[in-house]
Amino acid sequence: MANMAQAIRMALHYGEQNLGLEHIFGEDVGPPLGGVFTCTQGLTKTWNSPLDERGIVGAAIGLSFANTRCVAEIQFCDYIYNTIDLLKLGGMSTWATNGDWPSPFTIMTPVGAGIRGSIYHSHSFDAMMTHIPGFKIVMPSNPLDAYGLMLACLKEQNPTMYMKPKALLRVEGEDQIPGEPPLTAEGKKQLKEMIDAPLGDRSAWKPKWPNLTDYTVEIGKGKIVHSGDQVTIVTYGRHVLMARDVAVQLAAEGISVEVIDMRTLWPYDWAMISGSILKTKRVIFLNEDTEVTNFGEHLLRRTIEEHFYILHARPRLLAGAFVPGVGLADNLEMASVPQMNDIAQACREIIAEQP
Amino acid sequence: MKFKLEPKRLIQIHNLMVKSRILEERLIRMYKQNDGYFWIGGPGEEAFSVPLGLQVNKGMGIDHDFLHLHYRSLPIMMSMGAEPIDSMRQMKSTATDPYSGGRNFANHYSKRDWNVVPVSSTIETQYVTAVGTAIAQTKKGCKGITIVNGGDAGTSEGDFASALIWSSRPALQLPMLMIVTNNEIGISTPLRYQFGGSFVSDRARSFGIEQMVINGNDVEECWQGIQEAMKYVREERKPFVVEARVSRLYGHSSASGANLVPGEVDSLVIFEKKLEETKIMTRAQMDKVREDYTASMLELSKQVKNEPMPSGDTIYDHVYYGQKGRYW
Repeated sequence: MANMAQAIRMALHYGEQNLGLEHIFGEDVGPPLGGVFTCTQGLTKTWNSPLDERGIVGAAIGLSFANTRCVAEIQFCDYIYNTIDLLKLGGMSTWATNGDWPSPFTIMTPVGAGIRGSIYHSHSFDAMMTHIPGFKIVMPSNPLDAYGLMLACLKEQNPTMYMKPKALLRVEGEDQIPGEPPLTAEGKKQLKEMIDAPLGDRSAWKPKWPNLTDYTVEIGKGKIVHSGDQVTIVTYGRHVLMARDVAVQLAAEGISVEVIDMRTLWPYDWAMISGSILKTKRVIFLNEDTEVTNFGEHLLRRTIEEHFYILHARPRLLAGAFVPGVGLADNLEMASVPQMNDIAQACREIIAEQP
Repeated sequence: MKFKLEPKRLIQIHNLMVKSRILEERLIRMYKQNDGYFWIGGPGEEAFSVPLGLQVNKGMGIDHDFLHLHYRSLPIMMSMGAEPIDSMRQMKSTATDPYSGGRNFANHYSKRDWNVVPVSSTIETQYVTAVGTAIAQTKKGCKGITIVNGGDAGTSEGDFASALIWSSRPALQLPMLMIVTNNEIGISTPLRYQFGGSFVSDRARSFGIEQMVINGNDVEECWQGIQEAMKYVREERKPFVVEARVSRLYGHSSASGANLVPGEVDSLVIFEKKLEETKIMTRAQMDKVREDYTASMLELSKQVKNEPMPSGDTIYDHVYYGQKGRYW
């Protein structure tokens, strides 16, 4: 019953112990804080960097050149924008040298809205990031995948972008991470006592790690989290949970929704997406990044190019409003990113449409 | 005035300076003869770059020096043993170009075997990637250091400040030799429009970083300065900034014509005059070196003309490590 922050922490611990992870760094990543979302508490390879995002990304690239495995954090993806040329540089090192230099490093950063984070703590980064070739890009929707995708990143020979949906970091999992205590109230308490740093002075605190084992989610493989046969929703991150709840809700209305959790944005699981579209013949691409030049638009284009004549309805993109930021007031945030009623409405409309 | 370096070393340096200069001039000719799309390079920096290249601890991995170079570093590569024909291959964009397979501009090196990380056209990003290799080299017992070079104009970028900040933190001082080759001009903009201080390296003082300014047109001053700075970085495992005042003999790049700029001090002329005066080499010997390289470089450039160009169907290769063909 670990939450996503705990799952990431456990994955990084496993990486330190078993996968040669030598540096975990970023702003407030090391002690005493262990990350603003606690994802790096209690680890042995963590340290605090200067408040310099370009330095963080540059250092990660350099460490990869020195064949030194690292995970570097940008505290919020809202602050990653001034590093875009460095991300491009990191993504192209192998290609630009015609395969001479592998560049295995991982950048992790919290993304998205959902915590009332105002303008500069609510941005998404998937549209921007998916424009940068050379990276493998993942976004988990649950703690087990968060663990398994991090281990996959730590085994990669390429740069990886690990996007953490910040609204899910405190959401507990339904599946047991190999080695974590039982998924019971007692197990949850036990895990907290083992690996959550105490409030206040924690200088003498040391975690007691569970006996974790390998569990890797293959990069490039999605997951069907709710089966259906009338409409496909393709999504990732926190909207997986929303889409799944909508699918359950609409089942009562006789609408059968299939929900795909992409898990990896590049390279993505087109075989799974395509197969589902061929079955349902109706598809909605759902995410919370701004809707113009959205990653879902690429998927929508590919759907039209490959499946145009079998579709029973116009494929849809349901995404965030194309506005400069997510406003803080409750109504502003709700109107800026897709909510459950928007998803349900989109499903009803696409089902009602006849070819 | 006598040299302090041994004659054998001086002759070696002269040979490499001439080799580098003739190669750069051949690359410029290739560009002007439509055997390349763009030239950018470092003629005028030989007196600094050759002594640097000769003092590098060359090899692969953290026990050797990492080099984060910029596009005026040809003499460094030649001094480390690079083959001139490979520079021509990159100029011609052939499939045989070992640095980028025809993908990148001339003088954009990459050689993993020697820790020469990919040169990027982006000004000054090499100063922050250098931070990363230097962090790796703080590992206990590590012998290598990180060497990064760039021009004076590039120090306006925040990445130069990042390198000063990251390398000098008391909690994790970094073995970084940071070099600024100051030719007092950025593309077409004179230094006085870019910087208000006397020396770029003065900025290092604010961070408690050791620094020196040297005459980049004086071979021996460069040799001694680099030796001293490298010794400090290797032994103290702390950063050092070297500012070398250099010339830019052929302008910024082919975009500005790639023609000899009148009035620029030529370090090779100065060095040859002194070699002759001190009777280390005769004019005839020096002329012979130049003639031999001129002839051999011409032959190599003819050879490169006949080498294959990359095929368009390879564009997706190596987007991911080891991957061939379209990946999505």
